[in-house]
Amino acid sequence: MITLHWLYALAGLMFAGFALLSAFDRSNAKRLGNAAFWGLMALNLLAGDWIGSFGNGLLVLGLAGLSGFGLVGRGDPPTTGEAEREASSARLGNRLFLPALVIPAVALAGTLLCNYTPLGSLGLFEAKRETYGLLALGVLAALALIFAWLRPPALAPLQEGRRLIDSIGWAVVLPQMLAALGALFAAAGVGDLIGGLVQSVIPDGSLFATVLVFGLGMALFTIIMGNAFAAFPVMAAAIGVPLLIRRYGGDPAVVGAVGMLAGFCGTLLTPMAANFNLVPAGLLELKDRYGVIKAQVGTALPLLALNILLIYGVAFR
Amino acid sequence: MNYWPLLGILLVVAGFALRMNPMLVVTAAALATGLLAGLDPVAVVSTFGKAFNDNRIIAIVWIVLPVIGLLERFGLQQRAAAQIRGMRRATAGRLLLFYLGYRQLTAAIGLQATAGHPQTVRPLVAPMALAAAEQQHGELDADTADKVKSFAAATDNVGLFFGEDIFLAIGSIVLIQQTLATYGVQLAPLQLALWAIPSAIGAFLIHGARLLWLDRSLRRASQR
Repeated sequence: MITLHWLYALAGLMFAGFALLSAFDRSNAKRLGNAAFWGLMALNLLAGDWIGSFGNGLLVLGLAGLSGFGLVGRGDPPTTGEAEREASSARLGNRLFLPALVIPAVALAGTLLCNYTPLGSLGLFEAKRETYGLLALGVLAALALIFAWLRPPALAPLQEGRRLIDSIGWAVVLPQMLAALGALFAAAGVGDLIGGLVQSVIPDGSLFATVLVFGLGMALFTIIMGNAFAAFPVMAAAIGVPLLIRRYGGDPAVVGAVGMLAGFCGTLLTPMAANFNLVPAGLLELKDRYGVIKAQVGTALPLLALNILLIYGVAFR
Repeated sequence: MNYWPLLGILLVVAGFALRMNPMLVVTAAALATGLLAGLDPVAVVSTFGKAFNDNRIIAIVWIVLPVIGLLERFGLQQRAAAQIRGMRRATAGRLLLFYLGYRQLTAAIGLQATAGHPQTVRPLVAPMALAAAEQQHGELDADTADKVKSFAAATDNVGLFFGEDIFLAIGSIVLIQQTLATYGVQLAPLQLALWAIPSAIGAFLIHGARLLWLDRSLRRASQR
């Protein structure tokens, strides 16, 4: 059975490859910092369950220190130039899209097969984690296809992968760091404190003000935590359940579903949601790290207003 | 009540406002929050490390990068742009509008992981949008090109966020259901998924209108 541990090992070996190639990359003045950073990522993926919680904690402090004090730079792995790419694109034509489509095709067909045919009962993949297993399978199939067809140098996948991961840099690790921050907030009881404070600012007896604070609270707390999943339990406990559902008799399905979506509007606005807002800025090589967030403000604010009005208009019919 | 742990949140807000390195900001906030709540330093570091390790699944998606990088080596981005140049009527806005609908619909049927910033936006969507804008308005300056790319990334986010909750078996639906169940409020996933539809339509209309507006502002910029 393909379990998550196989996938961790696969990703870990890839990061170990990035670390090794970084160490020998003389074009990068910070090559040892890069090697250490990707090496620590590989160590976590390969051996995270053996080095213990404290060991993982020290590892994370190492990652934060390396990137926070500017010890991680950008390598210049061997790749093709613009002219070569134009020529190769013209020569290969639209067949070039095929290997890229292999990954989603395997994920789609595989998910359907696992869920709607007896194949699923064979237990090839860890339950509920099929998509990740299939993603890995799709990647390996696409690699095999590219090697059979285009015959790139043996190290090319790791070098090209390193080229892309270096353009994202530390933002690769931030989502995992934020999940860890959320765990500390929970251990320190921050959710209960926020809930108490939020409840104390609502004027008594005004339904609209209560809905407004609920919706804005979801968005604001999501902006701080980078994740609506962290905001929802807090706001549900503080306002959603005791006030909107119990006191005012609101429809819990509307309060829950639309409340979460109000939080998603906050996700569009925050650098804390690194994998959605900072990672693409790195991937697309934008000059402004906050460029994606700026493009999203004009969508997020009207949509937040719409969600708040939706709760007010529909939940209390 | 001990309100000191809230300083951790203040640290996060201040750190980002001062544009400090997010890795340091998050680490400092986590350590401060734990210590102010009265945990001992070893427990704080251990809590931090355990949660980091428990969330390793987030790191798995990066395994697509070697494939995407290899295809770029052979000219995937140039191919995507050439395709768009073959379509006379393609504009950046219309193209992204199409992608918004595609992303919402596929996310709504549970195919969230089939698209995304590394898989589709960098190699395909962004170069296609750039090619369409250049075909319509000629060579773009660096700021305008960055704006088109930012909108490509934004379109992926909006489509994903306001499509995926229509799918029943997604994390956020489960979370809503479980959270409310702890208060004795029982809901079926279908009820929640149904109420994600109005917002999904709203997101399509609002962001879609802004994409068409993007075409207008590109036209105006090129006439100047």
